Amino acid sequence: MALPGRSRRAMTVAPSSTPGPSIPRDPTRADRAFLLALIVLGGSYLLVLGAMLVADASYTSPSHLWKALRSPEIRYAIHLSFLTCTLTAILSVWVAVPIGYLMARWRFPGRALVDALLDIPIVLPPLVIGLSLLILFQTPPGRAIERFIPVTYAIPSVILAQFMVACAFAVRTMRATFDLISPRQEHVALTLGCSRPQAFWWVVIPEAKRGILTAGTLAWARALGEFGPILVFSGATRMKTEVLPTTVFLELSVGNLEAAVAVSLLMVVAAVAVLLIIRTFGAQESIGRPL
Amino acid sequence: MINVRQLHLRAGSFLLSNVSFTIASGSYAVLMGRTGSGKTTLLEGVCGLRRVESGSIHLHDRDITHLPPASRGIGFVPQEAALFHHLTVAEHLAFALRVRKWPDPAIRSRVVEVAESLRLTPLLDRHTQGLSGGESQRVALGRALSFRPDILCLDEPLSALDDETRDEICSVLATLHRTTGVTVLHITHNQREADRLASVVLRLEQGSVACEHRSP
Repeated sequence: MALPGRSRRAMTVAPSSTPGPSIPRDPTRADRAFLLALIVLGGSYLLVLGAMLVADASYTSPSHLWKALRSPEIRYAIHLSFLTCTLTAILSVWVAVPIGYLMARWRFPGRALVDALLDIPIVLPPLVIGLSLLILFQTPPGRAIERFIPVTYAIPSVILAQFMVACAFAVRTMRATFDLISPRQEHVALTLGCSRPQAFWWVVIPEAKRGILTAGTLAWARALGEFGPILVFSGATRMKTEVLPTTVFLELSVGNLEAAVAVSLLMVVAAVAVLLIIRTFGAQESIGRPL
Repeated sequence: MINVRQLHLRAGSFLLSNVSFTIASGSYAVLMGRTGSGKTTLLEGVCGLRRVESGSIHLHDRDITHLPPASRGIGFVPQEAALFHHLTVAEHLAFALRVRKWPDPAIRSRVVEVAESLRLTPLLDRHTQGLSGGESQRVALGRALSFRPDILCLDEPLSALDDETRDEICSVLATLHRTTGVTVLHITHNQREADRLASVVLRLEQGSVACEHRSP
């Protein structure tokens, strides 16, 4: 469809040495209005997000933060959060890579159903995930596992609750990653003498390195913020199953708003730091590489 | 020699049936046909990338119909080159040799030889990002020829190149064919490429292959 005269002329790019009438390169009023609308709509979200963080920061003080960091309960929660989030991220990548690869490469009966099933943890309320896990471990197979490894209301339940939600995000990321890697590279590897496993490890995995890193980061960050399933499946016992979101909840419930805000800020700083580190590393890895 | 007899191949709902042809050793065969006629499906069948429903493929009297691609000894260059972004040009040329567990000195010597024949020596330490279309196709050719395959299958390797680069790669292909004596099966839509390179033209029309011998 042809664009109205003025906009069409403005969008035409011609080399400056081209003879003939000059074509305006400056944005027209319509271009500026369009850009402004995009900035206003997107910016309003960023503004509220920034304002929330500034409000948190202004509500607390370095002394509150220091006091929070010296509390043994909060230090335990920090350690447990970092431990469980790291284990969850590793487990999520371990599972998401094969699922993402299978879903991206193979067509099989019931594939649409499996695809929908994989999205359940994303669309279900987190509390329902926790409740379902709790019920699962009341069934005979669940009780059999509990006889060897205590799960419910213990540290493994924290990891399992985080994993069930975070893994769904890692699977989505890996699926998109493998969708973007051409099967032709694997085909070539096969003709060069590779078996399927060799083509996977020597060609597909190195090509998917950035996607794997992103999936792991996303799972880590998602696990750090997980609260609903942990509350139901692990409880909120201090110095036992207390992770950082649990601390915020417990401090809020006893009216200690300053400590709750201080812990919230710690979580914000930790999440931003991890995202920045990984993105910087990812950017260095991908210099000059088309995505 | 490639001998394809009454081959049936399926790609989704597309069925290529009862295809037969023979390509003599050392020939440069160009496979032509309309879009959707099944040229790539046929090439994938020969390379072992697509399951054969019935019929047979023989390579020098060896039945390779159901062999995996790795055991066929066929070099493959796809349209989009499909380079491995995590490897340097030298690592591309060494890839098939490392898979075959060649000793390091033999790999180094072969990489130098292939790089010289394809004018890739100045690019050996570079990664594939930033290579031009012609350079990428030369790397893909070198990667496919590194292990000295009996057959080289090319799936429209020149279609994404400009005219000048296309001419350059055509010359490279003609020289490689002359110096190595490898049997080539090359898919193209371009009549000029066929006129310039082919010693035999195969036309795939309505599921059957017509053969036309030429003196290039």
